Parts: sequence; structure tokens; C-alpha cells
Amino acid sequence: MIDTALTSGLGALGYDPAPESAALARLRPRYGLFLNGEFTDPARHEQFASLNPATEETLATVARASAADVDAAVAAARHAYDTVWSTMPGAERAKYLFRIARLIQERARELAVVETLDNGKPIRESRDIDVPLAAAHFFYYAGWADKLDYAGFGVRPRPLGVAGQIIPWNFPLLMAAWKLAPALAAGNTCVLKPAETTPLSALVLGEILQQAGLPEGVVNIVTGDASTGAALVEHPGVDKIAFTGSTEVGRLIQERVAATSKKLTLELGGKGANIVFEDAPIDEVIEGIIDGIFFNQGHVCCAGSRLLVQESVADEVVRRLLRRVDQLRVGDPLDKNTDVGAINSAGQLARVREMSRWGEDEGATRYTSACELPTTGYWFAPTVFTNVAQSHRIAREEIFGPVLSVLTFRTPDEAVAKANNSKYGLACGVWSEKGSRTLWVAQRLRAGVVWANTYNKFDPTSPFGGVRESGFGREGGRQGLEAYLDV
Amino acid sequence: MSERLDVLKTYKLVLNGAFARSESGRSYEVTAADGSFLANAAQASRKDVRDAVVAARAAQITWWRATAYNRGQVMYRWAEMAEGRRSELVAHVKWAEGLTTRAAQRSVARAIDRIVWYAGWTDKASQVLGGANPVAGPYFNFSVPVPSGIVGVVAPQESSLEGFVEAVAAPLCVGNAVVALASERRPTPALVLAEVTVTSDFPGGVLNVLSGRTGELAAHLATHEDVDGLDVSGGGEWSDELALRGAGSIKRVYRPRAHDADTPLRRLRTFVETTTVWHTMGQ
Repeated sequence: MIDTALTSGLGALGYDPAPESAALARLRPRYGLFLNGEFTDPARHEQFASLNPATEETLATVARASAADVDAAVAAARHAYDTVWSTMPGAERAKYLFRIARLIQERARELAVVETLDNGKPIRESRDIDVPLAAAHFFYYAGWADKLDYAGFGVRPRPLGVAGQIIPWNFPLLMAAWKLAPALAAGNTCVLKPAETTPLSALVLGEILQQAGLPEGVVNIVTGDASTGAALVEHPGVDKIAFTGSTEVGRLIQERVAATSKKLTLELGGKGANIVFEDAPIDEVIEGIIDGIFFNQGHVCCAGSRLLVQESVADEVVRRLLRRVDQLRVGDPLDKNTDVGAINSAGQLARVREMSRWGEDEGATRYTSACELPTTGYWFAPTVFTNVAQSHRIAREEIFGPVLSVLTFRTPDEAVAKANNSKYGLACGVWSEKGSRTLWVAQRLRAGVVWANTYNKFDPTSPFGGVRESGFGREGGRQGLEAYLDV
Repeated sequence: MSERLDVLKTYKLVLNGAFARSESGRSYEVTAADGSFLANAAQASRKDVRDAVVAARAAQITWWRATAYNRGQVMYRWAEMAEGRRSELVAHVKWAEGLTTRAAQRSVARAIDRIVWYAGWTDKASQVLGGANPVAGPYFNFSVPVPSGIVGVVAPQESSLEGFVEAVAAPLCVGNAVVALASERRPTPALVLAEVTVTSDFPGGVLNVLSGRTGELAAHLATHEDVDGLDVSGGGEWSDELALRGAGSIKRVYRPRAHDADTPLRRLRTFVETTTVWHTMGQ
């Protein structure tokens, strides 16, 4: 497959494949919608395929929810809200969420395999990050359900009602947990619309909700495409829209709900700056840059896709970075030794390729890992552009793939100015051994999250979300409750 | 002996810490509630809105970098100076809203007290809205509320002073700069109160107040890409349209609700962003 040999004094060292078993996923061939506590008969719906992006094989077919299906889901959620969920004591709601957290932990290995098959991300990441964090989110928000009076929004804050939640394909299960857990804790009922290319883990989650005995209609899952999402956004019975995805679509959604009383939170795109000062520990910096841009194939809204490195150390950092890029193991996502998996879809691959061509056309210097790529599936070798100017499109637009743009700076002021020179403001990284400078920079960055000497860390207690055109509202922490309360 | 002739005042825009006529040279007639002539107020233009946004952007950085303690003192100073001009404010509120003297006095008192209330928030919002987050790992993780940046305020049309104070003091106290459109028919109470900011140690441009036609100016605020937040309280029939236009640059939009009295910090929360910093811990 790929040349993984490390040349050392001991000779060539390599890894044998260590594949996880795809059979653990236990997928059904066809899925209906999760509506009112039951899976509908797949035969009732138009079906579309969900592919394994690493092989282009069909994993299962799922239902394309129509406007009528969305209507039924909203009606089920409204009924559950009125009759069960809004009147249930918070302590009881809490116990359902604790149950869900435990069930996710129990089925963690299965969920990790499903996620990796459907999304293309390395099993190491779905196993160690996506699934444990999803369980942790339910566990964290479970505890809030009977403590809302203490959340800082006044006594007895009211839920909103029915929440319509639209999630992306980059962290399918984790985004479902980020949306559902705070909404349910606050006392809302939900209609969740998974991404078109990654619906499967949400459907497994539907089975988990059944096992938890969650009252019917409290959560409804409508798979489909953009038209399904649009039907949910425009449904008059929905009180809240939560969307994670691109800024283009977020803008359309904000326009659609502008004249309504629907509460809106948006978690949109980013072009995160990862700022490296000359005094930063270089070994950690290289790993941090790698994690910042190649984690999840760069399909991360907060990816550190703009590296800003101080001029005095730029040559050294770039030299070592490129050497490290060559060592990334790209390939079978189910292999436990894989670092970079498959691009999620043919459409996204075409987009990453096109944007990388812009980089070359605009005069940046391209370096692409020499790794060998599988012949079937959607793959893009880790790529680094140097000699990038702020005006280049690869420094301004979100690529959402394993492509890094490297820029340099001389002074802290210049670093801050360049980092903030973006319409986005989701996340930034700062690497320095000098705490006072790190905090000085952090205070001046226009971003919702700042990682100091680390990158791409997430936790249910830590609010996540953007400023400017990266959206508004927070997910995680006490602040994450505000999105689902009428306050 | 003839009675002394009053010295009348020209009402100008408050723009970048100074008093200016509209660059367009336009003015419009403002009448008291009883229909009598009150003033020829400056009628601001699109260019004035854009100039105000430029001034606000520069001022916001200075305002936000000041210590919270200092911002609190400046806002309290605003209340002190307004207190000294109570009789003028009372007269204007009385004319503008057609109130009795007693009712106007009460309204002005409430408005000034509200400035004092918000002055006290400058150094408490971080503690109340932010905090340390116990993440599962070797990190010190904390969240702080930071200002959205520039907030465009379409001030309430009816409540010429109290409504104006509520709409501008909330975003100001957490470090935003404001470009406000005063009530179209009742601009003078807001203009007088804004004049006071020029002598209250606010950096010039932190609060800009424009008089003019709401229907003409509000759309420019809503579509301006360097405006981060929008309060459409005084938008009336245009509120939906303004909220829609604000979506073009993903603005944070505040629309008043019937039950807002239950959540007195809602407006303030609309115009802050939570920034969360993760810092590694180790030996």
C-alpha cells in the first residue's frame, strides 16, 4: 500500500496492517426514518445509497425524507413536547440522557466502525475521539437537566419547543450528540437531519434511543438531502434551528428564518490561523501543525489551515513539517495505524482538487506527500503550500481538506493582524513558551476558540463556536444551554 | 423692558466624538408632540453612516482594551454628566413624548439610573457570563465574553430617551462601539444625551448618534459588512427586512420580545461572543 518505512540506524522499520473488522458495524441493508420512536418501513420511502468513501461501495440505503415526512416528524416532536417531555421533571430527563451516554459507551466499538465506514475517517480517531466525546456530551448535559435554575439565565428558564437540527458529515455522531444533548437537557424535543453522505451513525443512535426507552417522538431522525433540510428550516412548527455547516448555507438559513420567531444558532466555516512564535518548542509545534490541519483529513471547520510562522524559524519549521508530512500514513481508514483516511465524497474531493489548483495558479509553492494512494475510493495526499500571500484564495477560503497554507510574520502585532484578516473567526492556535505573550495574542484574536500550545481539542464543558461569519451561538458548557432556552 | 430672546441650539449628529452636520447638508424639521417647531435636525446620509462605522471600528479597539474598571468609570461619568443636564433632558423628553413634567422627570431619572446600572456591569460580565471549564485533560480552560465589535442600533421610535439608553448602554458596557439611529420623529433627547458622552471621557467614536430617516439609513446599517450586530428595536415595519439584510454578513440580530423583562441580560448577551482559551499545563 504505502511506504511506511522509517529509515534509522536499525534499518527499515514499518508497520503491518492492523485492520478493525468491518463486520462489527452490523449495518442493515436498508433504513427507514426514525419517527415517533419507530423505524419506518424503508419501502415507504425513496432510497439513496450511503457509500464507503474508501471503497466507493454501498454500505446501506437510507430514506430520502420528503416534506411530508418532515411534517410528520415535527408533529411527532410537538406531540412529545406537549404531552411528555416538557412536563417531565428535569431529574427524569437527566436519567434518560445518562442512559444514552452509557449505551453509547457500551456500543462504542460498533459506532466507531460505522463512523469510519460511512465517513472515511481513521478508526483511531472515531474510536478515541468521536465516540467517547459523543458519550461525554450526553453525560455532561444529563447533569444540567435538573439544574437549569443554576445556569445563569434566571429561575425556571423555559425550553423553546421543537428544535430542528441540521448537522454536517465531518463528525456525524459527535455533531448529533452536540445538538441533541443540550436540547433534550433543556426540555426541547428534536428533529435531527443528518448529512446526506453520512446518515448511518445517527440511525444507530436511533436504535440506542429505543434501547434507552426514550419516550416516542422526543427525538426524530430524518435522513435526506438539502431539500429535507430546507423543509425543516421552513417548517412553521419548528421553534429553533441549529445548523452546523458552510457559511454559504448558514447565510441562506439566517435569511429564511429572519422574519420568524425561530431562535437560530449557526456554527459555520473557518480559516483558522495557527501562529508559531520563534520560542515555541519545535517538536511539539510540528505535531500541533499536523494535528491542526490533517486531523479528520482537514474536514474540520476549526482546522488550522493557515500556518503563520515567525520568519526567524520559518525555514526550520517548514523543513521539519514537510518531512513529517511524508511520514503520515494515508490509506485504509479501518487500519488502526492509519493517520489520514479518505475524503468523504467525490464532490468534496473535486472541490479540494480545484482549490489546490488555485494555489498553484496563484503562484504558491506546492508540496504534496509522495505517499501512494489506493486506486479506488476518494483520496487526496496531504499537501502544504508555501510562499502563500494573504490575498491568495487558498489563504482566504475554506478548503475543508488536507491542505495547509504557510505564511510568515515578524512581530506579534503582524501575527495578530494577519490572523484576524479573515471574514471567519472560529479558532486559532498560538505556540509560544512565553505565557504573557500567548495571553496577549489570545486577547486580540477575533476567534471563538484559542488553543495555546495545542490544537483541535474538544470537551463537553468547553464552549465551542465562532465569531463574525463563522456563526453565532455556542455548543458545550453552560453557554451551550442558551441556544435551547427561551432566554 | 423687552423679554430676553432665547439662544436656540442647532442639533447636530454626534460622530467620532464631535458634532457634525450631515455631509449631505440636509436637515429635517422636528416638531414637539404638540406640533410646534422644535428644531431643524441634521438628516444623516449613507455616507454619514459609513463614516460613523469607520470611526466606531477604530474606537472599539481602544474602548475594549481599556480596563473594565476604566470602562465602568467612563460610563458612570456619563451618568454624572447627564445628571447635570437633567432639566434640559426633561424638557426634551416632555416635548418629544408629550409627557407631563412629572412624567418626563421620572423618565429621565430612570434613564440615568439605567446608565449607572450598566456602568456596574463592565467589570462583572466576564465573571457572570464566563468562567473556568473543567475539561478532561491537562489544560487550563477558560471562557470570557468579548464584544461582537460594532453594533448598529435602530433605537426605539416611541421611547426617545429610556429606549435609547437601553439599546446603546447594553452593547457599550461589554466593550462594543455603537452606531445608533435616534428616533426619527423624536431625536433630540438622544442627541442631548449623546452630546454628554463627548465630555465623559469616552474615546471619540465609541458612541455615534445619527438623526434622520430610519427607512433610509437603517438598511445601510443592516447591510454594512463591518457592522457585527444589529438591534432593530425601532425598525417598525422594516424590522423583518432589516433582519433579513443583516443575514448577508451573519450579523447578530436583536429583536425585542414581549417577555424580555424576564431576561434583562438578553440584549447584552446578544452582542457578546464567548471566546474560550485552552492553555496547556505541565512542569
